[in-house]
Amino acid sequence: MAHSATRLTRFNMTSLALGLAFLYLPIVILVIYSFNASRLVTVWGGWSLRWYHEFFSDRAMLDAAWMSLSVAAVSATLATLLGTLAAVGLARGERFRGRALFSGMLYSPLVMPEVISGLSLLLLFVALNAERGFWTVTIAHTTLTMCFVTVVVQSRLATLDRSLEEAAMDLGCDPVRAFLLVTLPLIVPAIVAGWMLAFTLSLDDVVIASFTTGPGSATLPIRIYSEVRLGVKPEINAICTLVIALIAVIIVVASFASKLSSARGESAAPL
Amino acid sequence: MPLLRIEGVAKSFGNFRAVDQLSLDIRAGEFFALLGPSGCGKTTLLRMLAGFETADEGRILLGGSDIAQVLPHERPVNMMFQNYALFPHLSVRDNIAFGLRRAGMARRDIATRVAEMVALVKLEGLEKRKPDQLSGGQRQRVALARSLARRPQVLLLDEPLAALDKKLRESTQGELMELQRRLGMTFIIVTHDQEEAMTMAGRIGVMDAGRLVQVATPRNLYEAPASRWIAEFVGDINLFNGQIAARENGRLTVSTAEAGALAVSELWPPVTKEMVSVGIRPEKVKLSRRAPASDAGASQTINRLEGVVTDVNYLGGVTSYRVKLETGAVVRSSMANTARLDVDAYLAGQRVVAWFTADDCLVLEQ
Repeated sequence: MAHSATRLTRFNMTSLALGLAFLYLPIVILVIYSFNASRLVTVWGGWSLRWYHEFFSDRAMLDAAWMSLSVAAVSATLATLLGTLAAVGLARGERFRGRALFSGMLYSPLVMPEVISGLSLLLLFVALNAERGFWTVTIAHTTLTMCFVTVVVQSRLATLDRSLEEAAMDLGCDPVRAFLLVTLPLIVPAIVAGWMLAFTLSLDDVVIASFTTGPGSATLPIRIYSEVRLGVKPEINAICTLVIALIAVIIVVASFASKLSSARGESAAPL
Repeated sequence: MPLLRIEGVAKSFGNFRAVDQLSLDIRAGEFFALLGPSGCGKTTLLRMLAGFETADEGRILLGGSDIAQVLPHERPVNMMFQNYALFPHLSVRDNIAFGLRRAGMARRDIATRVAEMVALVKLEGLEKRKPDQLSGGQRQRVALARSLARRPQVLLLDEPLAALDKKLRESTQGELMELQRRLGMTFIIVTHDQEEAMTMAGRIGVMDAGRLVQVATPRNLYEAPASRWIAEFVGDINLFNGQIAARENGRLTVSTAEAGALAVSELWPPVTKEMVSVGIRPEKVKLSRRAPASDAGASQTINRLEGVVTDVNYLGGVTSYRVKLETGAVVRSSMANTARLDVDAYLAGQRVVAWFTADDCLVLEQ
């Protein structure tokens, strides 16, 4: 029985298959039904690309998709910038007054019910008399996703040996250059992971977006949600399939990129 | 004027006084070791020299100018880190060139200097490797080359050999000494390994609880320790507590409970207290089957202690014995195995005389 641990037993095979089925069967069904020719979601009427056509000629839906993607991209970028700075401040900065309070407040969106965050942001925007639309959703998503970036980057920084920065300073770097030349290249994978996490979180958020968006600037999930309330159209399946494909491509590219960067033989150091 | 002068330097972390009013001079071209148990403040002192910690009090003069408040990247001092701190994303070549690029050296000069350093630490052919593709010994060499590349006035080495296995450590010790002689550079090494300090350093500073308790050559440190604590910290020693019973012509008689009256030659400066400890290093305690004849003509006075061998440990080069005296006290003796056949070996249970001369004894205040 020496190698039983590395072999798949029948029990392991079964539980693996059941687990995967539980996770992916609904998605597979959704993808298959997106190619359904029938107007009824639950009745199979043969293969067709009809609902993809429908989507690409649905102006409102395309606008919503574009809105969602740009909100996700902008808010993920802002969140990554701020979240990384917060992580560096918490992991590397001197012990400043209110550090514990700062880190506690930073992580509050992790546990705060989204309804509350959304409502409080709505009240803020109303009080500021800000016109609700792209920027209000973007700001709301930045505040939501920033803490996730901080968590990812901070955990990477925690595993990084502090003497690396000291060595850089010993060899003639001021603290800023030590960070840029040594720390930053080593935490880039975590920053990229943080960005992707923020992007996907923003992409699938309904609650906060519905509080902070305004008329005529619905994000894709809001648009889908409002359509579904009137009955599920097979077009929704097509949209979801496209979103799944997009996310799959991002994940594959990201994992290739990280493999490539670690396998790269020699790096021509800048300067 | 010494190259490096440390004047009344102190550093506290909260209530813990890591370095306490420490003063020390280090000459140019010296190989100096800071030796002490963990937590004695030796690493804190080294980090103050590198600039990673700022001294609360005191001055650090390098070549006459005070560097105590100068930032690490502006000091003409480099450090080799205990865990090497090699940049994992850079190749061997880029690691070594890192400090040169920061100094704004011309590209051609950098290439020449890197090649020189690579040859110096014998890493030819590995320039393109990343740190994780190197063995522990190779990494140690990269770290050394990187810290030497900027030709610092002082090189600080924090436990540089601690991560290497014994054989590699010994050969690297020799290489470090050779390198230091050849470059004529000033090396300050921090270590908790006294053998390492004694092998490599010209002078050793022993630290305890943030203070420098003795600065001496390896020989003086071992043969004339300044205190009982140092005598016990550096090497093995048999200690007998007692009281000075007589004092004449530089010869003391100390009456001890465990080993009777012992004749001891007085050291300079003479002890001032009456209660003392007599110390004798194990290799200076000889064993014989009968009491050695007292040589009336010699100036040596011999102490003889009768007892029974209880333990025999054969260690290759030497054999160490434990001899139990009638008082119950134990004397340790280690004798070189100068002959291959064990005609001189003693067996457990055998009655022996352990003897040593008065000059070989140390008299230490308790």
